[in-house]
Amino acid sequence: MTDTQQDAGKSLTGLKKIRRWPPEVSILLVLVGIMLVFEILGWILIGDSFIANRQRLSIIVLQVAVTGVIAIGVTQVIITAGVDLSSGSMVGFIAMVAASLAQVSTNERAVFGAYGLTDLNPVWAILSGLTLGLLLGFINGFIIAKTKIPPFIATLGMMVSVRGLAKWYTLGQPVALLSDSFSWFGHSFPVFGFPVPRPVIVFLIVAVIFHILLTYTRYGKFTYAIGANPQAARVSGINIGNHLMKVYSIAGLLSGLAAVMTAARAESAQPGMGVGYELDAIASCVIGGTSLGGGVGRITGTFIGTIILGVVTSGFTFLKVGAYYQEIVKGIIIVAAVVIDQNRQNKRRKSS
Amino acid sequence: MVSPSTMKIVRESGAVPGSEFVLEVAEVRKEFPGVVALDNVKFQLRAGTVHALMGENGAGKSTLMKIIAGIYTPDKGTFKLRGVDVRLKSPLDALENGIAMIHQELNLMGPMTVSENIWIRREPKNRFGFIDHLEMRRKTEELFKRLNIEIDPVVEVGTLSVANRQMVEIAKAVSFNSDVLIMDEPTSALTEREVTHLFQIIRALKAEGKGIIYITHKMNELFDIADEVSIFRDGKYIATKNSKDLTRDEIIRMMVGREITQLFPKETVPIGNVKLSVKGLTLNGIFKDVSFDVREGEILGIAGLVGSGRSNIAETIFGVTPASSGAIEIDGKRVNIKSPAVAMHNGMAFLTEDRKETGCFLLLDIQDNTQMAVLQNRYVNYGFVEQTQLAKDSEVMAQALRVRTPDMQEPIINLSGGNQQKVLIARWLLTKPRILILDEPTRGIDVGAKAEIHKLVSQLAGQGVAVIMISSEMPEVMGMSDRIMVVHEGRVTGFLDRSEATQVKIMEMASH
Repeated sequence: MTDTQQDAGKSLTGLKKIRRWPPEVSILLVLVGIMLVFEILGWILIGDSFIANRQRLSIIVLQVAVTGVIAIGVTQVIITAGVDLSSGSMVGFIAMVAASLAQVSTNERAVFGAYGLTDLNPVWAILSGLTLGLLLGFINGFIIAKTKIPPFIATLGMMVSVRGLAKWYTLGQPVALLSDSFSWFGHSFPVFGFPVPRPVIVFLIVAVIFHILLTYTRYGKFTYAIGANPQAARVSGINIGNHLMKVYSIAGLLSGLAAVMTAARAESAQPGMGVGYELDAIASCVIGGTSLGGGVGRITGTFIGTIILGVVTSGFTFLKVGAYYQEIVKGIIIVAAVVIDQNRQNKRRKSS
Repeated sequence: MVSPSTMKIVRESGAVPGSEFVLEVAEVRKEFPGVVALDNVKFQLRAGTVHALMGENGAGKSTLMKIIAGIYTPDKGTFKLRGVDVRLKSPLDALENGIAMIHQELNLMGPMTVSENIWIRREPKNRFGFIDHLEMRRKTEELFKRLNIEIDPVVEVGTLSVANRQMVEIAKAVSFNSDVLIMDEPTSALTEREVTHLFQIIRALKAEGKGIIYITHKMNELFDIADEVSIFRDGKYIATKNSKDLTRDEIIRMMVGREITQLFPKETVPIGNVKLSVKGLTLNGIFKDVSFDVREGEILGIAGLVGSGRSNIAETIFGVTPASSGAIEIDGKRVNIKSPAVAMHNGMAFLTEDRKETGCFLLLDIQDNTQMAVLQNRYVNYGFVEQTQLAKDSEVMAQALRVRTPDMQEPIINLSGGNQQKVLIARWLLTKPRILILDEPTRGIDVGAKAEIHKLVSQLAGQGVAVIMISSEMPEVMGMSDRIMVVHEGRVTGFLDRSEATQVKIMEMASH
């Protein structure tokens, strides 16, 4: 009579705990595999090591730091079963605006030269970039929450319009000659004699913050809930519209940050900046195991996914593969990485 | 051992080997990480009979059915179709060998027509290789006539009622000329009249010599329709009996392995002040002028047919679909409940009718599923979740409700329906509600778990919680409620006190 009761009590805690590998393990293996392939090909074709070159490793991370920051914002958007296509255009427009507030007075063609808005403290350029990103992201979220149109469409519209804004801002002219204090953010500083680019540090800090945000806060829990089952989320008392506005605003904020980093690194801005970044960012997310269906995804995965994209680009350059071939193979790798990961996930689900 | 494809050819040639049993499995074992789902299980199905499977949630019925339908492969065991050893590798294998399963969750494509759904992948073609819609329609009509189903073959499935979709699903299974039909709780969403119709169809199929495996939690159905009953407990085979030789209590004892003395352990508790008062609540086009009070410690049952508006009333009180007009008062104060968040802030909790659609976060684990509602108001410090305390309290709650799982990190999708339901109840109990709305709290749940949930609801009422309980099961409503409100076509047709309620009175009020 009591045995079933004991059984049930035991089954919750008494049974051997199932060992669960974090879902990132498989994607980490893909990264290691890709690096090994480049290493082996490097020895065979070039007679040089791919991995044992700290300079190259730091360049890989620098290259992906910008799309990485965007990808982190996009990860949380995709977890809510949404998507953000506007981040690349935002980088272009916001880079223009931030750069225009960071020009030196010796530049006769400074955008706001006539108003004396030159040689400003770089804080203004950075703040304006972040604010503008937040605002544009909020508009995305507001439209999605209030009109209930698919995020794909809402952000597609934003993508097209904001790219237009970027071109309109200076009528297509680049913004150049930025102050040293602003460009400082794009430069490297030495760590044990090795140059570490500041954008990489920003990327790492943002990744850690958002990992904590998604894993340990109510904001994070609700983000997963909305993506996993919006109806159940609503019945659980979650205000979906408000939450989506926050999620898209934060994604916009991170696009703004990426824009500032881009302008500082290039020490200039032009309307075509950031073209295709949104797709690289989405690719990083899905390679890292974030499901476009929502409810699934982690920052650690996106981080590794971002590095994979960087490694692939850098590896092809290292092997002296032509740029056209690079793109062709990059597309294939994106699809292959997701297929491998998905197969593994399915196996896991079936076996449990 | 014969391969499924050979068996298929043999079957089509008509030279089917004779055997007493259409289907026979023995010594079946299936393990999942951390759980032995089936251990040395056997099952034999005779032609022309309905064979019911009984067992608590997690007893292994669904796993066994999925093995028979080719969805899972067993770790061990023999599988005989009409006496011939077969190994099925996929659901398609099973289908081609005459085994069709009608799932609890229907698998039809909403935007396609009824006949397109039935003949998908097997559409009749004309001589140009295009789909012959006329022929397809004719075949569907023929099939429906044989089964006495009245549905237009060319309407979109998405526009049909749940009951009609169920009929389409059954017709589809029959259209494969299957010998074995597996029905997993086919009546859980049907009204009494629809159930009667379904049983007519089942009897017709029986007369054609088909073997039907019938999974249900409803005892009275069992005695109505089943010839034989097999009982399972904790992944083990217990017994197979003729249903005529069994009593309800015997079945329950075998299922649970212990006596359940009281299925509806309603305690008499002191009834307090009016907690919730609903006045003239209206949702345009759905229900009209609904008024009632619920007191502290009282259980108000809501009875009515499926589609009478009972669930809509609950949804409106909880703010899921705010009312068009009318008032809701809590503790005598009028509150404007415009969203579930406001309802929760006022001490309400709402267990919804549809576990899958509006309950579970299927992609998330048990821990997340348990804590999602309570995070709205508690266990959060400067935005951060107080994970340690919350995990501890969630686990205590899950244990108290006897959720069967290896740990709280198990994805909820791996739990049986009853255990999922317990997790959802735990979710709401964590919020310490003062008003608890339960919509079909025991649907699709075995007797053991049912009794536990009833006991729990009764205890909560004892602690002064005002409970509203909607149920399609008459004995449940009558057994648990202090008062019963009957709803018919969006209007309240009357109230019955516990002492005066009879099944006949309720049915009368619910159907006119």
